[in-house]
Amino acid sequence: MKKFDKERVLLAVAGPAIALVAAIALTSIVLLASGRSPFEPYSLMLEQATFSDVQVLIINQASMYYIAALAVALGFRMNLFNIGVDGQYRLGAVMTAVVGAHVALPSFLQIPLLMLVAMLTGAFWAGIAGVLKVTRGVSEVVATIMLNAIATSLIGYLMLSDNFGVQVGNNNTTGIMKESGWVPGINLGADVGEIYGLVFLAVVLGILYWIVLNRTRFGFDLRASGASESAAAASGVDAKRMVLIAMLISGAVSGLAGLPLLLGDVHTYSLSFPAGLGFTAIGIALLGRNHPGGIALAALLWAFLDKASPALDYATPVAYEKEIATIMQGLIVFAVVISYEAVRVWGLRRQQKRVGAELAAAAAHNNSEKKEVAAR
Amino acid sequence: MSTVTVAKPQAKKPGKGSRRMSLPVLLLVIAGVLVLTSVVRLITGADGITSTGQMSTALRLAVPIGLAGLGGLWAERAGVVNIGLEGMMILGTWFGAWAGYQWGPWTGVAFGIIGGMLGGVLHAIATVTFNVNHIVSGVAINILALGTTRYLSKFTFENEPGGSSKQSPQIDSLGTFDIPGLSSALNTLNEKHWFLVSDIAGLIGGLVTDLSPLTVVAVALVPATWWVLWRTAFGLRLRSCGENPVAAESLGVNVYKYKYLAVIISGGFAGLGGAFLSIVASNVYLDGQTAGRGYIGLAAMIFGNWMPGGLALGAGLFGYTDSLNLRGGTTNVHALILLLAILLVFGAAYLLWKKRYTPAVITVVVSALMFLWYTSTNEVPKQVVSATPYIVTLLVLSLSAQSLRMPKADGMPYRRGQGK
Repeated sequence: MKKFDKERVLLAVAGPAIALVAAIALTSIVLLASGRSPFEPYSLMLEQATFSDVQVLIINQASMYYIAALAVALGFRMNLFNIGVDGQYRLGAVMTAVVGAHVALPSFLQIPLLMLVAMLTGAFWAGIAGVLKVTRGVSEVVATIMLNAIATSLIGYLMLSDNFGVQVGNNNTTGIMKESGWVPGINLGADVGEIYGLVFLAVVLGILYWIVLNRTRFGFDLRASGASESAAAASGVDAKRMVLIAMLISGAVSGLAGLPLLLGDVHTYSLSFPAGLGFTAIGIALLGRNHPGGIALAALLWAFLDKASPALDYATPVAYEKEIATIMQGLIVFAVVISYEAVRVWGLRRQQKRVGAELAAAAAHNNSEKKEVAAR
Repeated sequence: MSTVTVAKPQAKKPGKGSRRMSLPVLLLVIAGVLVLTSVVRLITGADGITSTGQMSTALRLAVPIGLAGLGGLWAERAGVVNIGLEGMMILGTWFGAWAGYQWGPWTGVAFGIIGGMLGGVLHAIATVTFNVNHIVSGVAINILALGTTRYLSKFTFENEPGGSSKQSPQIDSLGTFDIPGLSSALNTLNEKHWFLVSDIAGLIGGLVTDLSPLTVVAVALVPATWWVLWRTAFGLRLRSCGENPVAAESLGVNVYKYKYLAVIISGGFAGLGGAFLSIVASNVYLDGQTAGRGYIGLAAMIFGNWMPGGLALGAGLFGYTDSLNLRGGTTNVHALILLLAILLVFGAAYLLWKKRYTPAVITVVVSALMFLWYTSTNEVPKQVVSATPYIVTLLVLSLSAQSLRMPKADGMPYRRGQGK
């Protein structure tokens, strides 16, 4: 038994390890092909990661990636592809910013209220896709893509100065939020920066995700529906209800994804609020294999590539193109999924061989016994 | 012998039954919508909604979406979901522009196709050989294509006069042409603003005015795809891989080969769509030029029930609503609200006839709200116009999605010999 476990651990580690090596090798080939040093960018980026201000940036960025990726992963666990995390997250951030700018409650009420607004907005936007899928059979992939685009227009409308828009300098914003809604961070000094207070929200959500999926009946039903819809239906799970609930929860979590930045730093929604987070989150969820720990590592890796790469443009004596980091991100996703699949097949084959060998041994044993009987 | 003759009519039947609307009914519906549109145009005075210029713009916007959709069709008919269309389009825009500004636009078109095919090869390796989840591989391609083109731009366009890391130098035009006589005649007719006649003239006029040769090629690819996939042995084998690969294999079809071919061709179509964007729609490559058109193409294909004709209709609808953005959108979309309200009344009547009272009441209420919106305002906000294509797609899908049928083994993993 113990030996078997060791092999499983080995297989589990082999997947990501092979993938990382392969992705780095392929990136080096790209660098070589474009006439650059194939190794120096890595050391430059690793050097960046030793500076504490970059570390703070990485942690802050990773917290947002992490929340959004949890939202994606939740859908994945039941074969729902919520491509609309991006729209849900942006709309959630806008509504929170608007409410935060117009409502002033004491802090202990204001912050939960803002979080509730973000979750409800995200859940509402994802819920449209959920309802359409359940009642009308519209593929959630297409519905959420459309909803992303509609969210962009809706945000543009909300930010008109006739509605909630406030002009600050050259920037069109939703107005500065009331201070009771600001979440204080951990200040590490002026030249290092501040870790967002809501980084802990990401940690809590990760733990909740694990508990709900692995330790509750709902989580079991959800995973069962994802693994085999017919088997889940046979055990009394209402597939449509599960789809709708999963979509709503996924949307609620996506709504929260923008809050670390919104409540911790910028305190207003403007056009410079990061877009495309939801798409990045898909890659991160895949990389982390929908596991809360794996997603955390993936989010940190992604944030590292994001935040350490800009320095490449200013490196001396030779500057590198920071876009190499994006190529690397794509290659990592590719390498990871391919190596997972390859390792899985290899593991299966080993298992089959071993079981086959055991059966053959047993059969040979039986045969020889029979022969003995016959000979007697 | 006898088994063959018996089997033939049996095999034909489900094919006929699965068609949702017969051709006359479909034509009747289209004619009805045209008449209604004309009525709405006369009531509202929004002549823009069927002008030649509008239709011409709509066609230009529909082509890349249609090409992406055709790409999706080829892949999905062979059982491979291709969400990497967006990435393949990005490759198409970049390679098209890169070759286009150096060696002329037609070379650019060829390179755009090749660029898309490269993405297709990657997708095929991942999904067919390694059996990776199709959506995952597609997402990876989208990330990779974005990074690669941005990276390459730094080495190529940035050092060229008129180029930057986000933009290529100008590409020569492929030229445009009108059909002599016909275009101007239809345009004159359109400008008379007569009932129905002018609308039809506008619609046809838009299809023959200011045409790019690549547009003609793209439009011709729709029937060509239909012919290849539904009227040749090659197409039958390809589709069989998407419906039941195990059965196909048992009949001697090399499923891997057909899936590879289908996905590579799919990439070629998406690449052509990308090349159209950078060479015809604008004459430079821009970072972020595809703006999600690959995804929209995928939606158009689903909307069209995995059939070339339906997909062209979907792309046309999307192109049309998108063109409102560029030409007098705020008043035109306002007029379309009235059209929608009237259509909803018809829908409610149909539901009443079917004795489905609750949906009918809801439809009537929505219709009344639309009328109220129409009468209480003079035009809609700009943001409503920009959201219109997506809202329309969502609406149409939610009305039609239940009767759609995708290829049976679409997105399923397949291994050689798994049927044994």
